[in-house]
Amino acid sequence: MIEVRSLRKAFRVPVREAGLFAALGSVFRRRYRTVVAVDDVSLSIERGERVGFLGPNGAGKTTTLKMLAGLLHPTSGTLTVDGHEPSRREPDYLRKIMLVLGQKQQLLWDLPPTDTFDLNAAIFDVPRDQYVRTRDELVELLDLGDVVKKPTRQLSLGERMKCELVAALIHRPKVLFLDEPTLGLDVTMQATLRTFVRRYNEQEGATLLLTSHYMEDVAALCPRVIVVDRGRVTYDGSREELARQVRPVKRVTLRLARAATAEEVEGALGEGVRVVTHDAAELGVEVDRANVGECVSRALSRLPVTDISVEDPPLEEIMRELFRETSAARLEADADATARVDADAEGAPDSGEDA
Amino acid sequence: MSARSVLRAAPTVLRVGLAEAVAYRAELLVWVLTTTMPFVMLAIFSAAAIDGPIGRYGQTELAAYFLATFVVRQITGSWAGWQINVDVREGTLATRMLRPLHPLVAYALEHAAAIPMRALAAAPVVVILLATSARSGLSRDPVSWLLLLVSLALAWLLTIFINFAIGCLAFFIDSSQRVLEVYLAVFFVASGYLVPLDVFPPAARRALSLMPFRHQVALPVEIFVGRYDGRAAALAVELAQQAGWTLVALGLVALAWTRGVRRYGAFGG
Repeated sequence: MIEVRSLRKAFRVPVREAGLFAALGSVFRRRYRTVVAVDDVSLSIERGERVGFLGPNGAGKTTTLKMLAGLLHPTSGTLTVDGHEPSRREPDYLRKIMLVLGQKQQLLWDLPPTDTFDLNAAIFDVPRDQYVRTRDELVELLDLGDVVKKPTRQLSLGERMKCELVAALIHRPKVLFLDEPTLGLDVTMQATLRTFVRRYNEQEGATLLLTSHYMEDVAALCPRVIVVDRGRVTYDGSREELARQVRPVKRVTLRLARAATAEEVEGALGEGVRVVTHDAAELGVEVDRANVGECVSRALSRLPVTDISVEDPPLEEIMRELFRETSAARLEADADATARVDADAEGAPDSGEDA
Repeated sequence: MSARSVLRAAPTVLRVGLAEAVAYRAELLVWVLTTTMPFVMLAIFSAAAIDGPIGRYGQTELAAYFLATFVVRQITGSWAGWQINVDVREGTLATRMLRPLHPLVAYALEHAAAIPMRALAAAPVVVILLATSARSGLSRDPVSWLLLLVSLALAWLLTIFINFAIGCLAFFIDSSQRVLEVYLAVFFVASGYLVPLDVFPPAARRALSLMPFRHQVALPVEIFVGRYDGRAAALAVELAQQAGWTLVALGLVALAWTRGVRRYGAFGG
């Protein structure tokens, strides 16, 4: 469904320093630098797949989504979505996709959302009966009721986001690009949207590519994740495999009949076990995947366990660790680059003299 | 999107556009108040014409000219340049680009949808035109009235295309707002909006006739006030020139849009 090969997007951005003199200087001599937002990205996504697209701020996620949606022209590389070249923005292609940008809205601000739905149905050329059926179904699924008849400006953020989804889905797209769809929503609303998106994917067989800083969105929706950093894909595979690679441990949560100290629990469970969360009688410990069985059996025999569960560490923690590693590598790379620039600058006069 | 799809979508787009215009009626009223410059100019020129006509303009001709100017501007006015500038700078153009209706067609339909509300605002002026002595300064030739509709349509297209072209500069420079302000300043003078073009010295008139601006306001106004009554052939030449400028502007729009979209950064979200 989605094929991306060696995709690259570079922006030429003006460099302007603060201050009056810098501002005046830029009138006569403007300097630019090239920022590579996406660098040699290749990926392939099958029809109906749900994929999380993850990375720290500025990693190139949204730029990639915008290229897939046809908003941005790639600097180089190829991409096709269901046989279409997105940057051509053919009407047939636009009828197959939707892009929801969490920070942008398409609802008409001073009119009720239902007017935007009508507008989209007309523009996407949706037959009247299909439109009414889809709209009513979506309004019911998202429990919107009469909300759609109030002017958009009077709606809460959650209500607006739900209406945004209805507006974006009126033409029943087959590919959903969701960029931070739950941004700023409360926990209940986030859960509602996740359930809805998942149901839509299952009912319509739609392909989903999601970016979100809320790892719960990804955990609930995406069996597969693609991690990007500095414009490059650093991981592409299952969530479980990512957890295994980044944190080769399991999280064992113990509920005890009485309060216990971390030292007591670590002592009872033996070496290689580390308490990572502790709340009186409830403790979370991390243990190597190979030693999980032994750890559980020791816990059951040596501690007053009332409940026990074994899981992968939360995706949130995995991503934090992954991004910490990559930002450390980034700092190191930046320091190297600065050192190289300094060395070049120092070496310049010598070069001049040699010349 | 095919022309048939555009035609199918147009009624809903126009209806929603009209609903928006009604929702922004207070804003529209304020906008109408900002377009009352012709009345100010009417007062100034009328005072100056007390002792005798200015060129061909006596009191009646001046009243007819400036009231017609007000009506023409209500119908052909465009804010698309400002809209595109904001949409490009704030990234809101993305929403329009994701719909299978060309964003420029959508802007044009939104403008068309606002015409009824603007016409409503201009209605009292039309009543005054017809109820006062200014009426005698209007065209009496049915052919002129018919061709006035053609000229108004072309003036509307020319104005919106110029707005599109300047708005698209936002793809290339930080903001096209200043360019729009300069355009507007030149437009006010060179289009006949503030001053009838035939009161300019001959050399200035010749220079102005080489520019597109007179086809945005002065030509339809001159048809309105009967300047071409019984001169269908001369009017046909003027309309051909107006159509020519409209096509040139369309070409510029096509160039600015296609090149601009390639540079579009879709920033802001």
